[in-house]
Amino acid sequence: MIFKIAFRSIFRNTRRSLTTMLTIAIGTAATLVFGAYTVYVVYGLQTSAVDRVGHLTVYRRGYFDFGSGNPAIWGIPRYNAVLKMITTDPVLRPLIAVATPVQYMAGIASNSDSGESRTFIGTGFIPSDRDRMKHWDEYDVGRAGDADTGLRDSDVSQGIVGVGMARVLGLCESLHLGNCPKLPTGAPSENAAAADVASLPKQDFSDLVARDQPASGAQHGPLLPRIDLLAATAGGAPNVVDLEIFKADPQGVRELDDIYVGMHIALAQELVYGRGEHRATGIIIQLHRTEDMPAARARLAKLFRAHGLDLETRDFAEITPFYTQALNLFRSIFSFISIIIGIVVIFTVSNAMGMSVIERTDEIGTTRALGVRRAGIRRQFLIEGVLLGAMGATGGVLIAFLVSWLVNRSGLTWLPPGQAQPVPLRLYMIGAWDLIGWTWALLIGLAALAALLPANRAARLQIVDALRHV
Amino acid sequence: MLEASKSRQDGALDEPVVKLDRVTKTYRIGAVEVRAVRGVSLAIAPQRFTMLIGPSGSGKTTLLNLIGCIDAPTSGMVRIAGQDVAKLSDTALSDFRARHVGFIFQSFSLIPVLTAYENVEYPLLLTGVSAPKRREATLEMLEAVGLKDQRRQRPNELSGGQKQRVAIARALVKRPDIVLADEPTANLDSETGASVIALMRRMQAESRTTFIFASHDSQLISHADDTFTIRDGGIVGQEHAA
Repeated sequence: MIFKIAFRSIFRNTRRSLTTMLTIAIGTAATLVFGAYTVYVVYGLQTSAVDRVGHLTVYRRGYFDFGSGNPAIWGIPRYNAVLKMITTDPVLRPLIAVATPVQYMAGIASNSDSGESRTFIGTGFIPSDRDRMKHWDEYDVGRAGDADTGLRDSDVSQGIVGVGMARVLGLCESLHLGNCPKLPTGAPSENAAAADVASLPKQDFSDLVARDQPASGAQHGPLLPRIDLLAATAGGAPNVVDLEIFKADPQGVRELDDIYVGMHIALAQELVYGRGEHRATGIIIQLHRTEDMPAARARLAKLFRAHGLDLETRDFAEITPFYTQALNLFRSIFSFISIIIGIVVIFTVSNAMGMSVIERTDEIGTTRALGVRRAGIRRQFLIEGVLLGAMGATGGVLIAFLVSWLVNRSGLTWLPPGQAQPVPLRLYMIGAWDLIGWTWALLIGLAALAALLPANRAARLQIVDALRHV
Repeated sequence: MLEASKSRQDGALDEPVVKLDRVTKTYRIGAVEVRAVRGVSLAIAPQRFTMLIGPSGSGKTTLLNLIGCIDAPTSGMVRIAGQDVAKLSDTALSDFRARHVGFIFQSFSLIPVLTAYENVEYPLLLTGVSAPKRREATLEMLEAVGLKDQRRQRPNELSGGQKQRVAIARALVKRPDIVLADEPTANLDSETGASVIALMRRMQAESRTTFIFASHDSQLISHADDTFTIRDGGIVGQEHAA
């Protein structure tokens, strides 16, 4: 009977109840739509990070904290044996999608044709592995727009640069880049690194290049531009390699785009280690499923201990702090929006229930006279608040599904932070059951909370006063 | 069911069902203290048609509220069906009302979202009567007041007289010790009022429940077994028919 009264009482003042339910529904839908968008963004950022740096990277212990300034001396010796140990381990093998070595370095890049030089951050990788990594898309965020490197495992002489790097080195024309301004003629270089390079005797740098060219063993295509990369070897000696630029790829973040050089790992190792033992800065491990990351990490630690290897693993969130920062940003925005919506819902429901109590004062007096306890009156209005919340929140869930369905089919795209290519705009409602469940329950809880004050007021009414109420 | 009620009450005919001893009730309206009931002592015999009569503002409604346990006296003792109600907590008092007291209000005070059937059934839910017994008692009572065919109608679909019949059925369905009615005919035309009075008289005779009215309706007063005349918060006269 209490539910019957509650349900029917809600529709005594249809307009007010519908307005209240609509407010709850819109609040629920707004929370869910933004939540679904946040889920999508988080998955997108995670996919972007995992595409580049995998789920886990194995380093020599200490490299992550101290080695970035001089990766040459922090290389993993006999890394191929470590790689084999990882990829043949019966526990890890089924979890791993890609396991591949990587070599980081820093130095100076110069284009002898334009006479321009600048510092660079380089990454050496196995092209086919890098391309496979780029196809990881566990959450179906639609990142197919990211093109492959276009490099071949069999050709160590070719590499890629960031668009910014191509611009600074005067490679726009030779790489046929659109929207890429030409170098100003006669402009003074204020770049310290460039000045340093300019101060080097031209003949010495060319000699180094000439000496190292045969070591690459590469066949250069006649139309590709070339740059020289200068870096210090692990022993401290300067070393130079020659790199054919296959193409320029936007890197998403301008700071990286202006200094990025990617190349075959063999060329990177030749630059960093010369004729010495070729090592790798890290071993990138990309898993099939992100949820396997803790298990894989634990297994790696166990393997390293068992084999006495001084190695450690870092996950993508540690390696790309931007991911964690963006995650926290979206979480805080989501929390802020949720709080605002919650406050609106509380005030709306409280107002509606307060009006209902005033209108039904005589009824409250009557039912109390008939023998309903104060707790019964309180329960009556709380149930009405919960029913209002439940109907509004359920309506909101349906609206959110409708909105997500429309958005997901609209073909809209957007450019996420830190990415170079636009991606489809999607709302991840399907699968976000925790978000839906919690939001639904929370809105109902807020409606009940909002009804508590009017319900208590109703329960405290004196019967004779309530019966006298007109 | 009416017979069962009769046998229940036959053993207690000598004891007053309502006993008030030096009861006062004082209200405070702002800085003004209003003494609505001044040291009233009375005893109301069971199974009678009892009237509290007097002009407006005399205190008869306040007295009725005290008897109905919906208001507490400032001083004095109120004993209903042998229970000193001052000793009951608010919750226990609610339960006591649910079992022992029925109300008929001047403005009917039916729950607007419930049908006639549900309004009559409502008091039985409060006392935990099983569903089959609720249904039987409710239909029996609706038939007794002549509204069985209107049981699915809501109060706004009923006439004033029909609403008051539903209110009478609601008050009686749980077989209370006393039924309190405050000006039950005030919102009815004289013809409808007369039929409602006749109904209450008949129901009282059948159920042998104690009816206590607060009224200044001469038509209603003429049906009284006992009358207590109230003026300025005190009893100034009483008459008891044989």
